[in-house]
Amino acid sequence: MRRPGEGQSSGRRAFIYWTGFSVILALLIIAPLVLPEFWRRFLTEILIWGLLAMSSDILIGYTGMISFGHSAFFGLGMYGAAAALISMQPPNLWLAMLYGLVGAAAVAGFVAYFSTRLRDIYFAITTLIFSQIFYVIIFTWTEVTGGENGLTFSRPPLAVPGLFSIRFTPETLHWFVLGVVAISYLVLRRITQSPFGMVLQSIRENEARTRAVGYPVERYKIVAVMLSGLFAGLAGVLYALQNRFAAPDFVFFLVSGETVIYNVIGGIGTLVGPIVGAAFFLLLREGLSRFLTEYYLIPLGLIFIAIVIFMPQGLLGFARRWLNQ
Amino acid sequence: MQFLHAIPLDQLLIQTINGIVTGMILALVASGLTLIFGIMDVVNFAHGELFMLGAYVGVIVLAATGDFWIALAAASLVIALLGAAIYLTTLRPLLGRDPLTTILATFGVSLVLQNYALWQFGPVARKIQEPFTGHFTLFYLDYPWYRLVIALLSAAIIGALWLFLKFGTYGIWIRATTQDRVMAQAMGIPVPWVLTVVFAIGAGMAGASGVLFGPLVGVNHAMGLDWILKAFIVVVVGGMGNLAGSIAASIFISLLEAYASLWVSPAQAVIVSFVVLILTLLLRPTGLFVPTPK
Repeated sequence: MRRPGEGQSSGRRAFIYWTGFSVILALLIIAPLVLPEFWRRFLTEILIWGLLAMSSDILIGYTGMISFGHSAFFGLGMYGAAAALISMQPPNLWLAMLYGLVGAAAVAGFVAYFSTRLRDIYFAITTLIFSQIFYVIIFTWTEVTGGENGLTFSRPPLAVPGLFSIRFTPETLHWFVLGVVAISYLVLRRITQSPFGMVLQSIRENEARTRAVGYPVERYKIVAVMLSGLFAGLAGVLYALQNRFAAPDFVFFLVSGETVIYNVIGGIGTLVGPIVGAAFFLLLREGLSRFLTEYYLIPLGLIFIAIVIFMPQGLLGFARRWLNQ
Repeated sequence: MQFLHAIPLDQLLIQTINGIVTGMILALVASGLTLIFGIMDVVNFAHGELFMLGAYVGVIVLAATGDFWIALAAASLVIALLGAAIYLTTLRPLLGRDPLTTILATFGVSLVLQNYALWQFGPVARKIQEPFTGHFTLFYLDYPWYRLVIALLSAAIIGALWLFLKFGTYGIWIRATTQDRVMAQAMGIPVPWVLTVVFAIGAGMAGASGVLFGPLVGVNHAMGLDWILKAFIVVVVGGMGNLAGSIAASIFISLLEAYASLWVSPAQAVIVSFVVLILTLLLRPTGLFVPTPK
């Protein structure tokens, strides 16, 4: 219900929101031109991990289901892209994306069908175990997946058939990733504000009631997991493109755990928060590992615990309503 | 059924014993986990790390005293105290919030503990010397007595826990707290203390199983993850919070894995337990070893 005068102020808020969005997008477009090589790469990587975290926010923040299995979707996106790039000559960017998305969607469908039968903690545990199933398969099926060594491949050119074909430079790769992430953000934002997204949020608030009102809750949950898995797979494809390899390490449960950490640190239910969380985490890791080498997870784990206890809304929690309007 | 004839009976028997031995250790880990969950709605993600640290404490005490049994007792005690400390610092502030936040907090704890172990003890696996090295002949194999002793000890610890919960005064306090926290408090049971002690008991059991299992494989910082995954499968298959169910599920799954490793490598035999989990979810999501809910 609208109160008098709200129309105008929400119009102003929307204006501020889109101005902010454009400014940040513009900064991210300019960034590779001014940043040194290392930080340019770092920024691209933050965007990719941000996309993965954002995809998982659909489940954690909007549907109230914590997934500890996003590494499976991410990894299958990666291996799907690898399959297309290795088997096709010449390698084709769009086919790699298609293969990655199909791989991730297949896995997501499988996981969704089984895990959505369970709720809360059981959902978290089963998604974790499912991701380990795929890890074990990929790790031991050496003939196809390369086992522990993974797969390496060359990067396809950025091409539109009949129009142009250019080789990826670090700058164009960054812009390409930025474009995919920005579009994904807008699509996901639209989805969370759609009637479908509203049903997801009502499942989060009160599942029994949503069911009583007449929504087929299970079907909504399955679609939510598949949607989330699809975008996680997209992040996997982007990561494969950037690093030109696929390795079982990225299917390992630690990646899922880090995805959850990005969400909690940044603020769940905001879509932007997870990206900020990823940036915060990766920057801190970069800074800490300079003098702590591989033990950076000790202070990061402590910070994470502190955020869970004292700041459950995350870094961007204060802006949650504003970002979702 | 040609492939069944290819496996000699003696191998089958050896795998049965192996399966029961690992099943009993798994039951010890999983019953701590399920105890903590059943009583305080906390999913302890750090349980595998407590198992791993228990094994390390065992290594240190064994090196200092040379006595395996002192090491076992010391590890259980130290890990129980560590568990109490973890409970008081990270879980008590989360009391009354969504149980899902506890899985996040304990996940953070597991990251810290695992990397602490890596930092403190390094990546090289340590070895715990078994307390006695006797063997008996099982067909063509020299089977170590120690493995049977582990199974018996685990059974004894779980049995003691059950007796304690059933008949001990404090055990009755614990069960009362499970049933109705507010009412228990009203009856004068110090509920906050009960919760702390339960977490400590569960942690201590994980520590003890770490020491018991240590002689079978090397002790390293990443060993906790395997166990927490298996324990999670067990508690889902057995019905979470159900002590008898998780013991039955532990033995069932370990036996299946042991038989599967007759045909495939142990790394692939893990898939069998995943399949059991999927079938359980499909056919009986409340757990295989619980009575049908009415």
